[in-house]
Amino acid sequence: MNREELTAKLTEVFRDVFDDEEIVLSDATTADDIEAWDSLEHISLIAAVEKAFKMRFTMREVSGMKNVGEMIDILMQRAK
Amino acid sequence: MLGELTPPFDGTKILGDKKKLLRILKEHEDGSIKLRIAVLGGSTTSDIVKILELFLRQRGIVPEFYESEYAQFYNDAVFGNEKLDSFKPELIFIHTTIRNIENFPEILESREEADAKLAKEFARYEQMWTALSEKFGCPIIQNNFEMPFYRLMGNREVGVPYGKIDFVTRLNCRFYDYSAVHKNFYINDINYVSAAYGLEKWAQPRYWHLYKYAMNIDAIPDFAFNLSKIICSIMGRNKKVIALDLDNTLWGGVIGDDGQSGIEIGSETSEGQTFSAVQQYFKEHKKLGILLTVCSKNDPENAVLGLEHPDGVLKPNDFACIKANWDEKWLNLSDMANELNLLPESIVFVDDNPAEREIVRAQLPEAEVVDFDSPEECIKALDKLGFFEVTTLSEDDANRSEMYRANAERASLEKKFSNYGEFLQSLEMKAQIKDFDEIHIPRITQLTNKSNQFNLTTKRYTQSEMEECAASEEYIRLCGRLCDKFGDNGIVSVVIGRKDAEKLHIELWLMSCRVLKRDMEFAMLDELVKQAKESGITEIFGYYYPTKKNSMVKDLYGTFGFEKISDEDGNTVWRLDISGYENKNTAIAVNKE
Repeated sequence: MNREELTAKLTEVFRDVFDDEEIVLSDATTADDIEAWDSLEHISLIAAVEKAFKMRFTMREVSGMKNVGEMIDILMQRAK
Repeated sequence: MLGELTPPFDGTKILGDKKKLLRILKEHEDGSIKLRIAVLGGSTTSDIVKILELFLRQRGIVPEFYESEYAQFYNDAVFGNEKLDSFKPELIFIHTTIRNIENFPEILESREEADAKLAKEFARYEQMWTALSEKFGCPIIQNNFEMPFYRLMGNREVGVPYGKIDFVTRLNCRFYDYSAVHKNFYINDINYVSAAYGLEKWAQPRYWHLYKYAMNIDAIPDFAFNLSKIICSIMGRNKKVIALDLDNTLWGGVIGDDGQSGIEIGSETSEGQTFSAVQQYFKEHKKLGILLTVCSKNDPENAVLGLEHPDGVLKPNDFACIKANWDEKWLNLSDMANELNLLPESIVFVDDNPAEREIVRAQLPEAEVVDFDSPEECIKALDKLGFFEVTTLSEDDANRSEMYRANAERASLEKKFSNYGEFLQSLEMKAQIKDFDEIHIPRITQLTNKSNQFNLTTKRYTQSEMEECAASEEYIRLCGRLCDKFGDNGIVSVVIGRKDAEKLHIELWLMSCRVLKRDMEFAMLDELVKQAKESGITEIFGYYYPTKKNSMVKDLYGTFGFEKISDEDGNTVWRLDISGYENKNTAIAVNKE
């Protein structure tokens, strides 16, 4: 999967979790850009991403990711 | 039920879809009960509350939540909190887990020392329960404790006073002992739920360290579903009937083709044993007051022949109603509901044939349909759904099946009379119509919360609200028990009137549909008027609030001779001047003997 395909798949996960078909992701997207993305919904988001990409973030990664770009970097290395 | 919200669950998917699922459930909302639930947590509760809401809405309960601040369960319960007070919870759920135990014994401590710690730990909880029940008087649901996810001493964690598993097991038993002697207190058995889910997967520590969730978030739907079953049961949302197919559901083979000796039931073969276990499982439901019925495409004589198999556990007279014919099953289920005076939504349909299940699902969506792939999966599939969760069990429950059988005998007697009045006289009916007494409050509450059809205001009460009402001078209360020559129907009618100087406002009037057209409502009215006069009342006001289910009593007060004084969108108010009232009931002997 290249970065573009991966971003598209990740966008679908975001749209499902936040029940918002209009979400468009870029590397710079952060929780501030998506209204429903608060610390509690972050938990469901991480679980849904892990499930969709059949991988697991380390605890350090979960608390360390600054934006969607960093999430994609990790997925590029580890997604199955 | 939404497929995604039917077990087995894909927990993570439900968490991801919860917004969408809530939207769908809100679109289909009708005739729901509202309920204020306070969740006092010892760990994060956010997604637990959101997922619980989905399961409750699915069963017709619309919750509103108070959530304690993070891990403030004890402070909220014992010291109180203005926000919680003004929320006025109607149900309290205490979400504590093994993460909240503060007094584990140390290695090599003696039994006495460990017991002292056990007492200290238990006292914290008992203190909370006492404070909450004194303050709010509502049902309390308390988690027991799940097992620790590691075993320091391995198998020796049990049998020594300082073993954690030993300690948790004893603490759980203290909780159970408390629940045995306290009404309105219920255990949410997370020890069982975590075991069924898989303790190792349940206890993934990352969710605690990252988010302070006491369990794997993937397990939240299993957890919340289990909790929702208790709440549904308290709120009278349990199902009442299991409608069973016969061929390849209650026995192996086809009775019409294979004959009685050809069907598989009994201990001879593994298949026969499976069906015996299935029949046993349903027989046990009958003891809980669940009605069993047959809904089978068969000739009636063949259906009975199969049920008379000498090795069968279920016999023809275990069933309140047998529908064996070649009509569509959903039509039979619908007729069955009518005959038993129940709503189709009370029925759970069990059939091995997926095609029949789909047709019933499409044609009679109110009924619940159980999916299973093979006979040995049937018990587990039905059991997991929790439609018959027991929170209180009354004697009337245990006798219910008998009552419905007696009703069938009454119906056949009715056919012998050309005049309905003569039929009623022939039943030799006797009624006890009295004020509420303590022993009957659970049954009165249960009947009040599950009566939908013959119910004028559909007002719901928790057990503690009913107790409060029973203790108040402000009300005239009647509960009516009806017996006849075929048997005792138990408590079948409840009326509550609020006194307001010389007026009486009827806040609740309901009757079980199994005694429709027996003149019991007239006997209740006679008694109400009599007691009202004794209290110096001159006028009685009746109220009818329409729901989707109670149109049968729209004009009840009219037939009683009340005068309609207002009508706003179908909400009607009625008045009766009781000075010249004449008794209406002639068929039932009231409060004799």
